[in-house]
Amino acid sequence: MSQHPPRDKRDPLARRKERHTPPGLRSSALHALSARAAAGRFVLQSCQDCGAMTYPPRDACPQCWGELVWQDQARGALVLCETTIRATTDLYFRDHLPWRMGKLALDAGPTALAHLHADLKPGDRAEMHLMLDKGGNAALFALPAGGRPDMDDRQWREFTVPVKDRIVLVSDARSAVGRAVVKALHSAGAGLIFAGMAPPARAADLTDEWAGLDRVQTLPFDITDSSLVAEGISKIAGPLDIVINTARFVRGGRNLVDQKRMMDIAVLGFMRLSGACAPMLAGRPAGAFVDLVSIQALAGEVGFAGYAAAEAAHLSLLQSFRHDMRAQGVRVLSIFSGPSDDEDYQSVPPPKVAPARLAREVVEALRMGREISCVGEVASDAMERWLADPALFVREKNL
Amino acid sequence: MTALDPTLSGLIAGIATQRIRTVDLTNILSPDFPVIVLPAEFGQCEPFRMETVSRYDGNGPAWYWNNISMNEHTGTHFDAPAHWITGRDVPNGTVDAISPDDFIHPAVVIDISNEAAADEDFIVTRAFLEAWEAAHGTIPPRHWILLRSDWSKRVGTLAYLNLKDDGAHSPGPDAGAMRFLVQERDCVGLGVETVGTDAGQASHFAEPLPAHSILHGHGRFGLQCLTNLDQLPTFGAVIVAMPLKIKGGSGSPLRVMALVSGH
Repeated sequence: MSQHPPRDKRDPLARRKERHTPPGLRSSALHALSARAAAGRFVLQSCQDCGAMTYPPRDACPQCWGELVWQDQARGALVLCETTIRATTDLYFRDHLPWRMGKLALDAGPTALAHLHADLKPGDRAEMHLMLDKGGNAALFALPAGGRPDMDDRQWREFTVPVKDRIVLVSDARSAVGRAVVKALHSAGAGLIFAGMAPPARAADLTDEWAGLDRVQTLPFDITDSSLVAEGISKIAGPLDIVINTARFVRGGRNLVDQKRMMDIAVLGFMRLSGACAPMLAGRPAGAFVDLVSIQALAGEVGFAGYAAAEAAHLSLLQSFRHDMRAQGVRVLSIFSGPSDDEDYQSVPPPKVAPARLAREVVEALRMGREISCVGEVASDAMERWLADPALFVREKNL
Repeated sequence: MTALDPTLSGLIAGIATQRIRTVDLTNILSPDFPVIVLPAEFGQCEPFRMETVSRYDGNGPAWYWNNISMNEHTGTHFDAPAHWITGRDVPNGTVDAISPDDFIHPAVVIDISNEAAADEDFIVTRAFLEAWEAAHGTIPPRHWILLRSDWSKRVGTLAYLNLKDDGAHSPGPDAGAMRFLVQERDCVGLGVETVGTDAGQASHFAEPLPAHSILHGHGRFGLQCLTNLDQLPTFGAVIVAMPLKIKGGSGSPLRVMALVSGH
């Protein structure tokens, strides 16, 4: 039986620390920046008329009033100067003082204020990242260029979801993807992983499956059963930092019984799981909910019409859940993928995503605090085509 | 005021004075009660699920109720003849059409608990039944045959379904035993503590799934997931088993009760 990882000592009578999120009001142009930052892109606006690059985001070119378009940019920058903020009226930053910021000359052109990694000093080369803060808004963060920056940097950790020593629930650890996710989290140093095992179980299941892996504990868990979700969450008892929803039921065809189960898992199951764990995640300093979504959710797909419909509803709920959790500083991350190379997509020819690849992306999305990730060429290509021309993409997927 | 028929008043008085004891043979219908697992190529049985509509709250300040869903063969349940292809043409073979006369029948309890404890794939054969009759007496006609395996004591553990890499393992009858009970002893049906009237490995029998096939083909019934059979006498219990009146239903979860002599 695995043990809970040791917790920080704290005064048992102390009042609960309230958590705040960074200021949230943003212009429409800044929301457009955040939407791109959510997918890990580093973009700036350039003027279609005069070609000038601009930062921070604006509604029109400050040089010529021309129309601005978003363009991916080189991430390089030079630190010009730095400052340390020691006083603020903002509740979130007040909890995190002192806070270092710097002014950087971006290789892309503009000069910008950014949050600074502790190892950066004026004159250093930096690598720029558009990160989402705890409130879900884009912020520029400068990491040291080249080499391997210290990812435990105090400020950087505010924009990411640390996995090391954290307590994680994987909603369905029985599938190939679920098993791979448990293993990847274990390799990433998660403190304790609850591996959800839906009934029915073989007599050997609860003992054999994770033999040999410490810090993994199986948990009877089934997101189609409200009572088992409540019971499972109650068995976790202690803090819960990260929830990864790997549960899915994939079937082609038009069988109504299958369809009902697909909806029960993708839609109602998501609601049961997210509803039950939201309060626990909200109490944590870096709570996160990661969900695996089929890229078929974007536009439907002939052959998997029912599953795509269930996933479309799932995606819709996930997006609203992200909004609900922002106010509490909980990150909601979506991992899109195409067919996975497992029993669910036996009838689909390659390219398919290996479960281990999908699992690595889960850890990577947490490490980078990335809200939207696409794993594998099928998902990346579909997302690109959907963003470019949704009407055409829908037509192509349903020819 | 009209007096009760003496037989009925005797029954009521018997229950009131505990000369007649009631025994609940039903497992609790709960989301975690296991359902039968079929090979993956077939559609599966849905377990019991419950969502609260209101519990003295904003959705119903003074009342508590739930929406429930399940398969017709979830929890302690009744199998009607139409459940099996062999019984598809049996008249009145669905639960809504079964005569109420069939809701109450006496039972014979055959104890196979020692055999099942020693061998979880224990098969009840005609020879076994004949030996049993030699020891206990002939099985009377129009009785439920209840197989007491003590399998109900495994409820709540993985040993109840007892799934292994090659499927489920639990006791049950073979075709010879079923023909004997149906054709020579004219049984009402077969009641078991396991999740199906057939043995866990019965799909691999030379004559597969004989309990379902032979019982229902002859218009007989099945009762599964029973409990407390160890509280019944070998002869003398009366079973009350009334399936829900589901239109065209193949079976139904139900409450099963036994009336036994209190002495």
